[in-house]
Amino acid sequence: MTTQLYQIGTYAAGNRLLDPDDRTEQSRDDRTNAITSGHRACRGCGEALAARVVLDSAMRAAGGRMVTVNATGCLEVFSTPYPESAWQVPWLHSLFGNAAAVASGVAASLRATGRDDIRVVCQAGDGGTVDIGMGCLSGMFERNDDVLFVCYDNQGYMNTGVQRSGATPPAASTATTRPVGTSVGNAFGTGKSLPLIAMAHEIPYVATATVADLHDLEAKVVKAMGMHGARYLHVLVPCPLGWGTASAETIRQARLATQCGLFPVFEAERGVVTATTAIRHRIPVEDYLRPQKRFAHLFRSDGRADVVAALQDRADRYIARFGLAEPTEPSEPIEEESS
Amino acid sequence: MSLDVRIHGRGGQGVVTAAELLSLAAFDEGLNAQALPSFGSERTGAPVVAFCRIDTAPIRAHDPISAPDVVVVQDPTLLRNGDVLLGLAENGLVVVNSAKDPADLARAGLRLRGNQRAVCLPASDLARERLGRPLPNTALIGAVVALTSVLGLPSLHAAILERFSMADDDVLAANLRLATEAHDLTLEGDRRA
Amino acid sequence: MRRQIEGSKAVAETVARCRPAVVAAYPISPQTHIVERLSELVASADLTGCEYLMVESEFGALSACIGASAAGGRTYTATSSQGLLFMAEALPNASGLGLPIVMTLANRAIGAPINIWNDHSDALSQRDAGWLQLFASSNQEAVDLHVQAFAIAERTSLPVMVCMDGFVLTHAMEAIDVPDQDEVDAFLPAFRPRQWLDPDSPVTIGAMVGPDAFTEVKYLMARSQIEALDTVAEVAAEFGSAFGRDSGGLVRPYRTDDAEVVLVVMGSTFGSAQDVVDELRADGVRVGVLAITCYRPWPFDEVREALRGIPRAVVVNRAISVGAGSVLGRDVRLSAEPGTDVLDVVLGLGGRPVTRAALRGLLVDALAGQLPLDELYFADLDHEVIADQLDRDREEVAP
Repeated sequence: MTTQLYQIGTYAAGNRLLDPDDRTEQSRDDRTNAITSGHRACRGCGEALAARVVLDSAMRAAGGRMVTVNATGCLEVFSTPYPESAWQVPWLHSLFGNAAAVASGVAASLRATGRDDIRVVCQAGDGGTVDIGMGCLSGMFERNDDVLFVCYDNQGYMNTGVQRSGATPPAASTATTRPVGTSVGNAFGTGKSLPLIAMAHEIPYVATATVADLHDLEAKVVKAMGMHGARYLHVLVPCPLGWGTASAETIRQARLATQCGLFPVFEAERGVVTATTAIRHRIPVEDYLRPQKRFAHLFRSDGRADVVAALQDRADRYIARFGLAEPTEPSEPIEEESS
Repeated sequence: MSLDVRIHGRGGQGVVTAAELLSLAAFDEGLNAQALPSFGSERTGAPVVAFCRIDTAPIRAHDPISAPDVVVVQDPTLLRNGDVLLGLAENGLVVVNSAKDPADLARAGLRLRGNQRAVCLPASDLARERLGRPLPNTALIGAVVALTSVLGLPSLHAAILERFSMADDDVLAANLRLATEAHDLTLEGDRRA
Repeated sequence: MRRQIEGSKAVAETVARCRPAVVAAYPISPQTHIVERLSELVASADLTGCEYLMVESEFGALSACIGASAAGGRTYTATSSQGLLFMAEALPNASGLGLPIVMTLANRAIGAPINIWNDHSDALSQRDAGWLQLFASSNQEAVDLHVQAFAIAERTSLPVMVCMDGFVLTHAMEAIDVPDQDEVDAFLPAFRPRQWLDPDSPVTIGAMVGPDAFTEVKYLMARSQIEALDTVAEVAAEFGSAFGRDSGGLVRPYRTDDAEVVLVVMGSTFGSAQDVVDELRADGVRVGVLAITCYRPWPFDEVREALRGIPRAVVVNRAISVGAGSVLGRDVRLSAEPGTDVLDVVLGLGGRPVTRAALRGLLVDALAGQLPLDELYFADLDHEVIADQLDRDREEVAP
């Protein structure tokens, strides 16, 4: 009976037990370390982790021939406190809303000057992607420019003090959606799914991922880098500060999001879903919401069971829509790693 | 020598092209010329004005022509609007796209003063015959060339070839023929008058 | 080669000969013919090694140029009015990052109210964005300035805006000597960026600079802008030697030497003013005109020099600083010596033609001391319309 390690996934067991070809990029000594230590991110920052994972894999896939464009946001701010920079790859930051257009320009320039062996990866937070960055992003998709756009979604404008964005989930408390008076936090019936919008553009590749599954995230980056044209990767990155979670719980929180169904993990090509990651061990949304202070108002004595039920309903709908329910398996005890 | 031409018409009648043809013809003869449209948002049917100044000296100014020597009226319905003849020189020339006589057009607004004179040419009709479309500009410019002694027909032909270089050979040929016909008709009519 | 050609098209063909790697532009009247012609030249492979990006907005256009330039390519865009405002956030980003982007600005009024015709409010609204701003007084100069702009931009590592009057110049068809490819190649070397996104030598471009270093960065930027005055003059001189034409530079005085009144203008007004000056001079009247070619950086010394000893300067303002007076006029006043009266006249807003008759009137009135001092004088205002409207306003207020 094999012991399944739930925390990091069976196949990642220590990496050293794996065939070298199956090991993660992060386990390699010679990884780029695109964003190196010394940056000023909060402890437990999901975005810092994701950026390193994504860019190191992208660099490997591109044979070291890659440039990065970054929107304004946490990642840009904590990585480039002049005169220091944590970036070990060519890196350009312009404005908040234009990263996708800037990346399009970089790609065009490289192509025009015969250097399109150099690949372009563009990264932004959810604000710089779904709200202020939307126009430029849609333009990049529409032109099918050769750019991999990665959105690190921590579901709010965190760098400016945790304000609500178009990616903030319903009922979340943020600085601009406090649950005061009759408000339940961020309103239901608002928000947009960039993965679905990206799919509507019928671009070559769209995928969602989280920092909870290292292999999956790396594999999706490698897959995307193996293609040309507009590609979009949406990565859920919990923010301990903005979500009110413990800094050691970032990876766990990301997993809980996928396991309750509120964050579907899937891939799509040219507007059609091609693969989904089934929920391995389904949990009720409450298990995901409770550890987060941004949802604490739902669980007080004057809490909102109806809101929790509405969120459960939302999760149920995602599970149905993306076919995330796992077929029943013979029961095997799953050993949860103690924190 | 300077010649200031103002062309009135409606959007879709090739007013701007008319000004350009004149300027290209002048260039071909080694003269300086500036064609300038007055502009608005793109809209067919709306009144449009274009200018062409021709000069032996280099042209520096870019303001609209306020005292034209020649006014071309591509659409006679515009005569009702008094502005069409505004500023026309004392001995200025008006060329009107019409099958009627200048005398008949007086009621329609063609009011001349001093030594001003008007010449009518059924340019749309001629164009319909030659081009299959009532696009009067080429014919009217042919008339202008005939009536002013500044440019010659060969230069107008060169201008047409340059301006319509992307068109089919038969369209080009038709325009050349039309310009010639309008030019010769006008000269003949002028001689008789 | 000397050709009878529309201003926009001449500019487009000249830009093409400057071999841009990336053109990213969004259509807006009256710039459209420029970008249309460029797209044709790319599609027909007259212009090779160039990517033409169909961007989704002006903000996208300049942003793409920023990326393209940072990646080491020579880049170009064009816009007017509202489009310039829409890319306003990106303008100081480009200059702050030291990217030698060249832009054609087909000068057009800014709304509201929406107006597609020519004045200088768009350019002047962005005078502090850190871009060099050069004003073409004719289509020939517009063409020449674009060649010079790429040279100036790449030597100074600063972006350059070439301003040409919308419709008045862009849509005028006249004889223009469009430089040949060989001539441009001989004058303009290949772009060698100071720094670019190079995997072999990674750099971080666009870091966050705090209070501890920002002032020094800004000071150095301001300094390089002022030093650019020399580069603008040098490149104009070199252009003159190479092409045999006096185009560009800082200021262009015309018959100002012993003038009693000098008109100070920018853009196509210069040509009309020259005609008027010649007419009056023929009658023995001592007048002249000074065109400002390089508006930013402001050629303080050259303007001072040009107006030295001139009793009266009449500035033709084609934009105003609402609530604060003139823009160009103030810059001139700051530069002129105390002995010169600087009069601020507003003319030609929103495409109202700046006629030779009006310019002549200004000179004659100035000579006769009949132009108001210390006032922003709207010379082509319809006073009846204003009086009627003010009456109406008063009636509405009164019970």
